[in-house]
Amino acid sequence: MPAVQETIDQVAAIDVDKYKYGFVTDIETEKAPKGLSEEVIAFISAKKGEPEWMLEWRLKAYERWKTMKEPDWAALEYPPIKYNELYYYAAPKMADNPKSLDEVDPELLRTYEKLGIPLKEQEILAGVRKAGEPSDLDEMGGEGYTSGKVAVDAVFDSVSVVTTFKAELAKAGVIFCPISEAIREHPELVKKYLGSVISPADNVFATLNAAVFTDGSFVYIPPGVRCPMELSTYFRINEQNTGQFERTLIIADKGSYVSYLEGCTAPMRDENQLHAACVELIALDDAEIKYSTVQNWYPGDAEGKGGIYNFVTKRGDCRGDRSKISWTQLETGSAITWKYPSVILRGDDSRGEFYSIAISNGRQQIDSGTKMIHLGKNTSSRIISKGISAGRSSNTYRGLVQASGRAKNARNFTQCDSLLIGDKCAAITIPYVETKTGTAQFEHEATTSKISDDQLFYARSRGIGEEEAVALIVSGFVQDVLQQLPMEFAVEAKALISVSLEGSVG
Amino acid sequence: MLNIKNLHVSVEDGDHSREILKGLSFHLKPGEVHAIMGPNGSGKSTLGNVIAGKDGYEVTEGEILFAGEDVLEMEPEERAAAGLFLAFQYPVEVPGVATMTFLKAAMNSQREARGEEKLTTPQFMKLVKDASEMLGVRSEMLKRPINVGFSGGEKKRNEIMQMALLQPKLAVLDETDSGLDIDALRIVSEGVNALRGPNRSFLVITHYQRLLDYIKPDQVHVLAGGRIVRSGGPELATELEERGYAEFLETA
Repeated sequence: MPAVQETIDQVAAIDVDKYKYGFVTDIETEKAPKGLSEEVIAFISAKKGEPEWMLEWRLKAYERWKTMKEPDWAALEYPPIKYNELYYYAAPKMADNPKSLDEVDPELLRTYEKLGIPLKEQEILAGVRKAGEPSDLDEMGGEGYTSGKVAVDAVFDSVSVVTTFKAELAKAGVIFCPISEAIREHPELVKKYLGSVISPADNVFATLNAAVFTDGSFVYIPPGVRCPMELSTYFRINEQNTGQFERTLIIADKGSYVSYLEGCTAPMRDENQLHAACVELIALDDAEIKYSTVQNWYPGDAEGKGGIYNFVTKRGDCRGDRSKISWTQLETGSAITWKYPSVILRGDDSRGEFYSIAISNGRQQIDSGTKMIHLGKNTSSRIISKGISAGRSSNTYRGLVQASGRAKNARNFTQCDSLLIGDKCAAITIPYVETKTGTAQFEHEATTSKISDDQLFYARSRGIGEEEAVALIVSGFVQDVLQQLPMEFAVEAKALISVSLEGSVG
Repeated sequence: MLNIKNLHVSVEDGDHSREILKGLSFHLKPGEVHAIMGPNGSGKSTLGNVIAGKDGYEVTEGEILFAGEDVLEMEPEERAAAGLFLAFQYPVEVPGVATMTFLKAAMNSQREARGEEKLTTPQFMKLVKDASEMLGVRSEMLKRPINVGFSGGEKKRNEIMQMALLQPKLAVLDETDSGLDIDALRIVSEGVNALRGPNRSFLVITHYQRLLDYIKPDQVHVLAGGRIVRSGGPELATELEERGYAEFLETA
C-alpha cells in the first residue's frame, strides 16, 4: 500500500514554519580563531589529536588551495565567498570523550531529539563508548534490536558527537566511527584510501575541505561482510558564520555490501553559511555501496536571504571488478547546491547508478547532476534525475557520461525529467556525452513538463486540496526515484517534498 | 438538490471574452435524473466544468445552488466534500500515482473535510474491491498510475468506480458514453443505475440518445446556443435522435 496517507499525516504534523529545523541550539562552543591560516589548520589538527602526516597532508592542500579559483561554469549566481570571515572549527564544549549520557550537553541531545534522530538513551550510552570497550549493549540487545535499525553517527558543527551501535558493528568486523578517530586508530586504512578518489587538488572546494575538514564518518566493511544494518550520519550546522567541512570515507572490501544514509539540517540564519564536504567511496571486487542522501539544509527565506551554500564533492570509485556504487539523493535544501555525485567505473563489469530528486523553490539555485566515467570493460551506468522547480528558483541538471578507449561495451541510460510549477522558475538540462570507443551504447531521454491545470483540477474535483494535490502529483513524478530510497527515508522524503513545495501554487 | 438560475458564463478568447452560457436555468430534485443534450459547441461541457469549479470560466450572472448552498463560492475540493462529483469526459492521466493511492487520498480528504474518521486500510480495501468488481475493473489496473495507458473504456469505468466509492449526492456525467463500445456502455450504465436512489441525483450530459436507453432520465433538456431551448420527458431524447438538432440550432 503506497504511503500517501502517511505522507499527509506527516505533513499535517509539521509545524507551520516551512523549515522546521530552523531552530538554533544554545550551547557553549569552542571555536578556532576566525579565518583561514596555517595556524588555524594546525589548531584543527591538534584538536583532533592527529599524527604529523595528517597535518602535512592538510597544509599541502592549503598551499594548493591558495592558488585556485572557484569555477565559473555552473549556472549559479552568488556574491564572492569571504573565506576569511568564516570559522573553520566549532565544537560543542564537553568532556573530551563522553563516557555517559550525563557528559553530553543536554541541549545537544534535545537538538537530536527535535531532528527526529532515532537515538534512544541506551543507544547513546552505548554509542559514546569506544569500539571494543566492554559495553552493556550486548545484554541490552535482545528484543530492542529488531530489523530496520540504523546505526547513527551524528556530527554537530565540526565534531562527531555520538555514534551508535558501535559494538554490534564491531562484532561483524565493521568499522563505523568519526573520521578523526579513524585517523588515530586506523591510520593504515586512512592513509591508503583518503584522497584516492578525490585528490586534494581536485577542485577548489575539495581542496579547501582537505585543508580544514573537521569531522565526518569513516566506514570500512571487511571482505565478504554484508553490513548488518543501515549506517547513517546526521550533519548539523549550528554555529553562526561557521563552515561545515565534513569528510566521509567509505571502503567496501571485496564482496561486501553497505547501505549508508546521510541527512543534513541547519538553523535559519540571515547570513549564508558554507558547506563544502567531500565523500569518497571505494568498492573493491564484487562489493556494493548504496549511498542515500536527504539534504535539507536551510534554503534561505522567500526573498533569498540566508541559506546554506552547498559545494560538495562526492565521488565513488568502482575499483574492483563487478563492483557497484549507487547514489540516491533527495535535495530540497540549501540556497545554492553545487553537487555532482559521480562514479568512476574502473573495474570490469562494474556498475554505477545515480537517482536524484532535486527540488528548488523560492530563490534557490541548484546546479547538480552526476558523472559516469567508464574505464573498464562491460561497465554500465544508469542515471535517473527528477528536477522540480517552483517559485523563482533555477534548477540545472548537468551530467557527463564518458567512455575511454578500453571501455568496451560501455552502456549508459540517462533519463532527465523536469517539472515546472508556476511560470517564474527555470529548468535546464545540460548533458555531456563523450566516447572514445565505438562499442559504447549511450541513451539519453529528457522531458520537461508543467503540473497541468487539468491534473490539479482532476485531483481537486475528487476532494483533494490544492497543496496536497501538488504533493500527490509530484510524488508520482518522482516515484521511480523514491523507490530507491531505503524504507526509513522514504516516508520522511515524501513529507519533505510536500513541505518544500508549500506555497508553490496559487 | 441542484438549482441553476439564469447562469451566464464567459471564457477569455484572445483579448475579448466570449459568452458560452447565456441564461441557463433548471432545477434538479433529489433522486431525479436529468439529461442535458445538445449539439457540439452548445456549452454542455462548460456547464459540467462550471458546476465542478474548474478555473478559466467567468460566471457573469446567475447562481448555482447545491443543497441550498452557493457553490460558486466554494473551491472544487469543497464542492466534492459537499457531495458533488464530475465524471470527466476526458479523465486526466497522473503519471506515477497509483489508482489506489489516488482513491484513498480522495476518499480520506473528503471524509476529513466532513469531520469524519479516515478509513483504515482494510476498510478501504474492502470498499475498493466491491466497487471494482461491480464495474469489472481488474485489480491489476488499480495498481497502475491512474488513467495512464488506460483504454477509453477503462478510463470511463474508472470514473464510475470513483463515483461509486465517493457516494456523491449529485453526479454530473460528462459524455460518459463517448468512446465506449456497447458492452462497456452497458457496464457503465449498470454501475450508474445501481447507485440511483431517492437521495442521489444525476445530471447526464450527452450528445447521443443511446446512453439514455440504459439510464432512464426523468427529464431531458435540450441545450443549444447557451440556453435550454426545450425541456420534456424521456420521449424528447428519442425525438432528437430521429430529427437531429438542426431545428434547435435555428431557434437558438
